[in-house]
Amino acid sequence: MWFSAFRGGVHPDSFKELSSELPIKTIPLANELQVSLRQHAGSEAVPIVKVGDRVLKGQLIAKAGDGLSAPVHAPTSGTVASIQPATAAHASGMKNTVVVITVDGQDEPAPSIAMMDPFTVDRQTLAATIAQAGIVGMGGAAFPAAVKLSSATKHHIETLIINGGECEPYLTADDRLMRERADTVISGARLIQYVVDAKRVAVAIEDNKPEAIAAMEAAASGFADVDIKPVPTRYPMGSAKQMIQVVTGKEVPAGGRSSDVGVLMHNAATAYAIARAIYKGEPLISRIVTVSGAAIKTPQNIEAPIGTPIAHLIQHCGGTSEPPARIILGGPMMGMIMPNTDVTLNKGAAGVLALTSKEFSQPSESACIRCARCVDACPMGLVPLEMANHARAQDFDGADDFGLKDCILCGSCAYVCPSHIPLVHYFQYAKGEQSLRKASNRRSDYTRDLAEAKRLRKEREAEAKAAAKAAKAAKRKKAATNKAKRSVAESES
Amino acid sequence: MTAAIALSSPHAHDHSSVQRIMLHVCLALTPATVFAFILFGLPSILVFTLTVGSAIVWESLCLKLMAKPQSMLMDGSAILTGWLLALSLPPWAPWWICVGGGFVALVIGKHLYGGIGQNVFNPAMLARVALLISFPLPMTTWVTPLPSFFDIDFAQAFTIVFSGQSIPDALTGATALGHLKTELSTGAAANTILPQDFSPMAALIGNTTGSLGETSALLLLLGGIWLLVMRIISWHIPVTMLGSAFVLSTVFHWIDPSRYGFGLFHILSGGMMLGAFFIATDLVTSPTSQSGKIVFGTGCGALDFVIRTWGGFPEGIGFAVLFMNALTPLIDIYFKPRVYGRRHDGNPKRYPENPS
Repeated sequence: MWFSAFRGGVHPDSFKELSSELPIKTIPLANELQVSLRQHAGSEAVPIVKVGDRVLKGQLIAKAGDGLSAPVHAPTSGTVASIQPATAAHASGMKNTVVVITVDGQDEPAPSIAMMDPFTVDRQTLAATIAQAGIVGMGGAAFPAAVKLSSATKHHIETLIINGGECEPYLTADDRLMRERADTVISGARLIQYVVDAKRVAVAIEDNKPEAIAAMEAAASGFADVDIKPVPTRYPMGSAKQMIQVVTGKEVPAGGRSSDVGVLMHNAATAYAIARAIYKGEPLISRIVTVSGAAIKTPQNIEAPIGTPIAHLIQHCGGTSEPPARIILGGPMMGMIMPNTDVTLNKGAAGVLALTSKEFSQPSESACIRCARCVDACPMGLVPLEMANHARAQDFDGADDFGLKDCILCGSCAYVCPSHIPLVHYFQYAKGEQSLRKASNRRSDYTRDLAEAKRLRKEREAEAKAAAKAAKAAKRKKAATNKAKRSVAESES
Repeated sequence: MTAAIALSSPHAHDHSSVQRIMLHVCLALTPATVFAFILFGLPSILVFTLTVGSAIVWESLCLKLMAKPQSMLMDGSAILTGWLLALSLPPWAPWWICVGGGFVALVIGKHLYGGIGQNVFNPAMLARVALLISFPLPMTTWVTPLPSFFDIDFAQAFTIVFSGQSIPDALTGATALGHLKTELSTGAAANTILPQDFSPMAALIGNTTGSLGETSALLLLLGGIWLLVMRIISWHIPVTMLGSAFVLSTVFHWIDPSRYGFGLFHILSGGMMLGAFFIATDLVTSPTSQSGKIVFGTGCGALDFVIRTWGGFPEGIGFAVLFMNALTPLIDIYFKPRVYGRRHDGNPKRYPENPS
């Protein structure tokens, strides 16, 4: 089989052996779940329950907000203890609204509707069901899945790629899912294929997961248009752009979307969640997460309800063997550092890592020696050292010239930098500044437009006034003339 | 800054460091350097120690003047600069050439530009060229390899380096490149001189007259290959540099064998091997993209051939590298990698069969 390779990339130590042979397990429910209302890209979901309400497992507790958003459901049964701001699962330590549920331990499900034969249901209805199930991309970006589906239905989709790359070190959640529940992942993939009318399905799995490849091949054997594609193990293989290039040989045009090259991509865990939502009527209320890292006593793959505190997950992995230097949500390459372990599990988190300082060893930044390892490692063909130089000098347009706009923040450059320059940090900062600037440009454009509109309105009003005045004057003149005429006439008579 | 660093991914690193890179390059230079010590005896060890030592002292002074931490000495870059400079000096150079060279390399070549990573020119080559132009005599007095390492004792070595007396003519000789240049100027034909005076095997093993780093092409080549294997350098600069010099000299030799040395002669003699693997590949002063490195390497090899053949000096590695260093910022602008999803001109790719 021929594959086109992507440029650059790195081979970080995988550490997957810590958890790859351990079956997915469940742990006792936490006493309290904190369900965030922003677990997806877009606006916060709007709560529809009140403090004191009893909620059932799978019951809708917040509907999708305006614009891009996704609904949120109760992960188990219990009572709404509060609806309050809490530290979000985000590096900023920013707060967002959470619904705190006191768990009653009964796990009583809300009534649900399962579809027996979804392939007879029309596509829009299926897409709507997926939207109502609150399904988001479970590989990390947490983009609402239904939005991706409905926009894909407007394009010709040749290939649906199911992303089973899982290229981040430590993470084995998707690996275990594909090994243990291959049939459900394949049915989810076929449902998506049906909704977007894709010609073929390619399930791409890194070749460091032979068991998952075998299990998925067995599950897909009955379907001629579903192929399992082993892809080389190289970070960031699981990045959408790189995987599309490897599987189809095409590059997503800059500024474009996957659909521009006839591709729709969903994560394996997302396909699994979609199958559950359609066949079981179960919204997205739990996920499989790898709890690992050198500070974790017994790493595990755990299927846990959304909203479970990270501390609870770690506790059921035997706790920590030493105080972790960093708690990461996601993988080590792109995951976010968490301010504390009170943060709770969200839909997009495939990993909870407790790392010791040995694992990432971060001496202080030293000067760039232009070794160009970052240039060679960049999977996008950018010049990270120049981008960082320009960003540091506040020259964000200069950073754009060397590729800031195309940067996917994968961290390959910072991973190989011998000077330990926090390149991704600079790029995040520069991207933030650029979008602020764009927003402020838009604002000033808007203000200018308003001022212009006001000036035009004033002019129009003035013209109208002048016209009215002229008309009035003309009328008065006419009246006067008439009067004069009349008086003349009178005098003549 | 610490807080900012802690907030950004990735939370993993390949454990590389600047120090480790410099250490690898020094290790790769060790066999050829030790071999040169054996050839040229104790005075050469003294020259090497003085040059590297003064480089470290100048670096330390500059760090102090610029209020930078002395711990920056530990990155090993000053040692490497001093080492490369020592290898480009005559093996029995007087002490003030060593110390003065260290000054030019570290103070003028590196710290006046802003320190590590900021210099435009290769500091070792800047120093070598400055010395060569300012003090042509001591910089071109080449001692012939000693019959035995023990021919010169420590007291004699000390006198040679520190006394300021010139080396007896009996002990000196010409480099192969220098000899060819002189002979050609007297009207001799290259194809009669070279077979008598130049043996590729001797040049490969390195039992030849020249600077410390112009001895064993084979040991330098092995060190360079080791750097390639360790991924400290990439193949682009060495291969294109040796390649362009080889191709050009072969073509000219083919046109007129009486005036031009052949390809193997050019890549095995002088500082070509040292230059291709250790000097032109200097990370700071060479281009960052692979295409840029190819342009740079090709330019270095071609310029060196041009200077050797038509220039005033028998060897032109230093000039060639410095000239290409000056072009590096320009090369970096015009030779960037192609960005994913974009054409070479920077505009987004289009797939006509998938109209968006």
